[in-house]
Amino acid sequence: MGSFSLEHVTKDFGGLTVIPDLNLEITDGEFVVFVGPSGCGKSTLLRLIAGLEDVSSGTISIDGVDVTAEPPAKRGLSMVFQSYALYPHMSVYGNIAFPLKMAGEDRETIKRKVGDAARVLNLTDYLDRKPRQLSGGQRQRVAIGRAIVREPKAFLFDEPLSNLDAALRVNMRLEISELHHQLGTTMIYVTHDQVEAMTMADRIVVLNGGRIEQVGTPLELYRTPSNLFVAGFIGSPRMNLINGAAATEHDAATIGIRPEHIALSPDSGTWKGTVGIAEHLGSDTFLHIRADGVGQITARANGEIVLKHGDTIYLTPEADKIHRFSAEGKAL
Amino acid sequence: MARAVTTNRKLVFTVIGWAVGLLIFFPILWTFLTSFKSEGEAIASPPSFLFFNWTLENYAEVQNRSDYFKHVMNSVIISFGSTFIGLLIAVPAAWAMAFSPTKRTKDILMWMLSTKMLPPVGVLVPIYLLYRDTGLLDTRLGLVIVMTMINLPIIVWMLFTYFKDIPSDILEAARMDGASLRKEILYVLVPMAVPGIASTLLLNVILAWNEAFWTLNLTAADAAPLTAFIASYSSPEGLFWAKLSAASTLAIAPILVLGWFSQKQLVRGLTFGAVK
Repeated sequence: MGSFSLEHVTKDFGGLTVIPDLNLEITDGEFVVFVGPSGCGKSTLLRLIAGLEDVSSGTISIDGVDVTAEPPAKRGLSMVFQSYALYPHMSVYGNIAFPLKMAGEDRETIKRKVGDAARVLNLTDYLDRKPRQLSGGQRQRVAIGRAIVREPKAFLFDEPLSNLDAALRVNMRLEISELHHQLGTTMIYVTHDQVEAMTMADRIVVLNGGRIEQVGTPLELYRTPSNLFVAGFIGSPRMNLINGAAATEHDAATIGIRPEHIALSPDSGTWKGTVGIAEHLGSDTFLHIRADGVGQITARANGEIVLKHGDTIYLTPEADKIHRFSAEGKAL
Repeated sequence: MARAVTTNRKLVFTVIGWAVGLLIFFPILWTFLTSFKSEGEAIASPPSFLFFNWTLENYAEVQNRSDYFKHVMNSVIISFGSTFIGLLIAVPAAWAMAFSPTKRTKDILMWMLSTKMLPPVGVLVPIYLLYRDTGLLDTRLGLVIVMTMINLPIIVWMLFTYFKDIPSDILEAARMDGASLRKEILYVLVPMAVPGIASTLLLNVILAWNEAFWTLNLTAADAAPLTAFIASYSSPEGLFWAKLSAASTLAIAPILVLGWFSQKQLVRGLTFGAVK
């Protein structure tokens, strides 16, 4: 079991309020991702759940039990750190066995459980090595191994893939998702990378300035962002946000249209524009277009399109895909 | 051209290095040589450097007059005892300051260091009277206590700087893995700080071994370490340079050997974390 309930949680550091007042429910077995720009309080929130930081007020319950005052060791959670945080003086075996040793398991059980974890994570051949003799991906797997042997109520991940190169990051992303399906244990994952959030999460919690902007499934956030911040943060490339006359036409202070919801034509359309830079990704082409009276627009075209700097093009947003926002930034 | 300049520069620095090294080592060498001279040759002017009648007489005399091994034992117990007790107190203290600092941590560290600036003689009388009344005068326990107190600020400072270089993530990982505070320090912090702890231990053993003010003032016969043993040869009967040198050589020999064998560890520990 691993359900969480955060009620009116606040956190101050000295006079600085990092998390003003936060409520959140996480159900057992969920993969929840906290996402937001740096300094939004997502790591602090994870550390509050872990018990590595004390809340200033409010309560945190795990499976209905108030653990606000419990130390990390008593909460039954495992954590994977961005820096891996392996014990450099212990072998891979020693690292994975450490939580079991702390739990007072007997030698045979430890050997069996470490062996099982090593098999799942392809670490069997490296058990005698020291962390410094491993690659980044292997170190991350050891950190995960150390987390899974405890059979925790939930796994906490603090930007675990940030130190890996792009290719390895994609692999590890899949491995962690696979692990979630195998174990079915609650996972709380912190990242600033919205692609990681979109691809891995059952539910995403978008944070900004310590406040929850929106909670929902990846597609809910993508299709119906509740405010301008979420609209701009979720999706890559970003949603085009347009103010002024074009927005007023739709009775809104700001309208948003995603790059893939803009039809392109060489001779007619709602907005006339000039092509700036074309980014060819092979499967897609992202066009950065200066549209007259609207501003800078990013549009997604298929990979075959051939347009060059300075070409004229007409843009037409799909009417039912336009997001409307009030002057306060709320979705209308 | 560039290479030639580098070589010349290297040569100059090597010569300067050796010159400074010899200058520092000279008093020890001179003491060592004097210990093999007769009393007459020891005060002869001009002094002879190597060409004199080498004799072991002074060592025999020193051994006859006083119990060298008893003083060695006292020195060992006082220096190692005070360092171990100091470490037991300082490790948790430095842990707290390095990993859970408060607004006042810096002030506390400075205050601890400031106690080292106080002239020891300023507190000699109160401590002497306290020791006299509690029966700690001329006891090994008394000396261990006073040495621990004197060197504790240095031990805490050194450990604090080493601990600061250990990523707090790793200690937090141990906490998440179910380690209690005691286990976190014992299984994770201490093994990772071994070079730092070892150099702290060595430096403090050396400091305590060489300390003379408190050992001379608080001991008489029973707990007198090697410093008191040396001092006993500069007596009212007159100065016996050769015998004093023999006693000094005997007194510094153990710590010199320890320093020699541990120099690598000492240097590594003292520069630990300087380059990342």
